[in-house]
Amino acid sequence: MMTFTLWDILRNLLLAARWTVVLSLVSFVGGGLLGMALLYLRIGKARAGRIFVQGYVELFQGTPLLMQLFLAFFGLGLFGIDVPAWLAAGLALILWTAAFLVEIWRGCVESVACGQWEASASLGMGYVQQMRYVILPQAVRVAVPPTVGFSVQVVKGTALTSIIGFVELSKAGTVVTNATFEPFTVYGLVALIYFALCWPLSKSSQILERKLNVAHRDH
Amino acid sequence: MTYRFDYSWIAEYWPVILKGLVTTVELTLIGTLFGVALGIACAWTRSLGPRWLRPPVVAYVELIRNTPFLIQLFFIFFGLPSLGVQMTEFQAAVLAMVVNLGAYSGEIIRAGIEATPRGQFEAGASLAMTRFETFRHVVLIPALQRIWPALSSQIVIVMLGSAVVSQIAAEDITFAANFIQSRTFRAFESYFLTTGLYLLLALALRQALRGVGRMLFPRRAAR
Amino acid sequence: MSLIAITEVKKRFGDVEVLKGINLDVERGEVVAIIGKSGSGKSTLLRCVNGLEMIDDGSIMVAGAQLINDDLHLKALRLKVGMIFQQFNLFPHLSAGRNVMLSQMVVKKTPAREAEAMARRMLERVGLGHKFDAYPDQLSGGQQQRVAIARALSMQPMALLCDEITSALDPELVNEVLAVVKELAADGMTLMMVTHEMRFAREVCDRVVFMHQGRVHEIGPPEEVFGNPRTPELRQFLGAQLVV
Ligand SMILES: Nc1ncnc2c1ncn2[C@@H]1O[C@H](COP(=O)(O)OP(=O)(O)OP(=O)(O)O)[C@@H](O)[C@H]1O
Ligand SMILES: [Mg+2]
Repeated sequence: MMTFTLWDILRNLLLAARWTVVLSLVSFVGGGLLGMALLYLRIGKARAGRIFVQGYVELFQGTPLLMQLFLAFFGLGLFGIDVPAWLAAGLALILWTAAFLVEIWRGCVESVACGQWEASASLGMGYVQQMRYVILPQAVRVAVPPTVGFSVQVVKGTALTSIIGFVELSKAGTVVTNATFEPFTVYGLVALIYFALCWPLSKSSQILERKLNVAHRDH
Repeated sequence: MTYRFDYSWIAEYWPVILKGLVTTVELTLIGTLFGVALGIACAWTRSLGPRWLRPPVVAYVELIRNTPFLIQLFFIFFGLPSLGVQMTEFQAAVLAMVVNLGAYSGEIIRAGIEATPRGQFEAGASLAMTRFETFRHVVLIPALQRIWPALSSQIVIVMLGSAVVSQIAAEDITFAANFIQSRTFRAFESYFLTTGLYLLLALALRQALRGVGRMLFPRRAAR
Repeated sequence: MSLIAITEVKKRFGDVEVLKGINLDVERGEVVAIIGKSGSGKSTLLRCVNGLEMIDDGSIMVAGAQLINDDLHLKALRLKVGMIFQQFNLFPHLSAGRNVMLSQMVVKKTPAREAEAMARRMLERVGLGHKFDAYPDQLSGGQQQRVAIARALSMQPMALLCDEITSALDPELVNEVLAVVKELAADGMTLMMVTHEMRFAREVCDRVVFMHQGRVHEIGPPEEVFGNPRTPELRQFLGAQLVV
């Protein structure tokens, strides 16, 4: 039997962690873009658009991410495509991320005082101008901390893609465990790598939040 | 392309799904009960408890909140036995859920405790209650009431997250779906059905938690 | 022809009729004070005139144009009539100068350079020329309200609607805002203002409207309304006001 040093294990895990990072970035950026499109419908004037987004959010926040991954994997397969795991993983994570971001952002838009709407209306601005110049600039400031905070959930969410066979950090953990028979060490290291990825994000979200609160109190 | 949905297997396999459903509900109930209890303990320690206990609690909370549930589960089920701790799949799943919810609910409940008006502590003290008695009888219930909606959402998230316990072969809904698709090769149908089941479960759980909230907090909390 | 013609205006919130048929004409250059008990519908009336609330019945004409509820007509209306709010409603993410420039640039498409020159003139006019770069949270309440006035003026409206614009201010800051309004009145600006400052209403206004339960209950020059109230409701209302 081959023997693995701690360094061998760590090196293999770190190499796989690259894919965790890539998938996280893709999901977060893709989900962010889709989330913006959904936000446009959600706070827009068309009733049908609002109801559609509400249903979308209910669906993706009310079912397990793991199931969404399975459905993306086998659902794409129904179209006769031979689905690579990364495609199903990216698709499901983007859809899932968007569902959470749109709700976070809607809350931020609604947190802007209604006097801002009235003042800008009384100056003759139309809906799009109000959004563009008055409401969104204020909502964005409030939105940064919870958005950064949610990125942690995205990174952690990528772990589930190992189950449909995407090779990233968690999958590497399983593979290395099966080769070394040292689950305690391997999963401990895997956890630490995730922690190293997530903790800075959590912390910056907290710091940003605190800064924002201080700025608000100055008013 | 025309794909024909085939649910003819349901007649044979519904007991498997039912068993999975029961397991998921059991996991959620036990996980929630002990998880929230652990959360209360953590919240108390961090906001009112002895100082020397705070760093370990902070470390626990941060570690859990910044690592995936799946890895926590694997660490508990595959890793701990090498230290001589043996568990069944179900026990490992419950433990992972308790540990996970404990950290999240701890943070949520702490926010509720810290929003308590100072006057409530002072009123307790002026009635000769100890700090712990004040916490137990005066502070805790209104604090839980303040954060009940956030706590409810977290419990639903943990229930949905429990789908991954199928990966250590705990026989929950997802395990049932995996089992069925391996027997019938009707993967999409079986996951579609169980996804719907989770959706219903999430809606029901949310209603139930709202009901529990009304039962626990018939009065308005002090702001 | 009057600048603002309000005819039989009715407004209902759910089952409650808040305005029960208001008739009021405001001439060009006229300063009209609206007084009345809380809940009598004063704010609602002003908000209707600015198109922030839709009326259920009757008509509102501004400079001969009917108030119609669509984006184009509303924009045209709001270019003619500005509004100042009790809570200032400055845009917190923009400096005072930018607050005054923004709507000129996005609504009227004024080039930045002209908008800035206008902003400086208007801030000067309300005595805040030196605060161009200050942000709202660096200004006192009185200063914020004066910036709000400058912001409305920069759109060169024919009339200004003021809803209790000094009610959110500390007492020592009230006068600096009223002084600005007084100057506007002297310059011939048409003003409709809801106010609790009876002394100010008496000194500055051409006419005083007393609203009661959604109707114009009494109307007339200040000497008459304050000096010789005809209805018991107005007498009771004035009796409850300490400073007359
Ligand atoms: N958006 C709304 N929805 C429902 N009811 C409203 C709304 N706005 C105002 N009202 C009701 O209409 C009535 C008149 O309100 P309005 O604000 O016009 O009174 P007001 O004379 O300005 O009083 P105040 O001096 O307190 O400002 C009140 O009874 C108020 O509760
Ligand atoms: Mg009012």
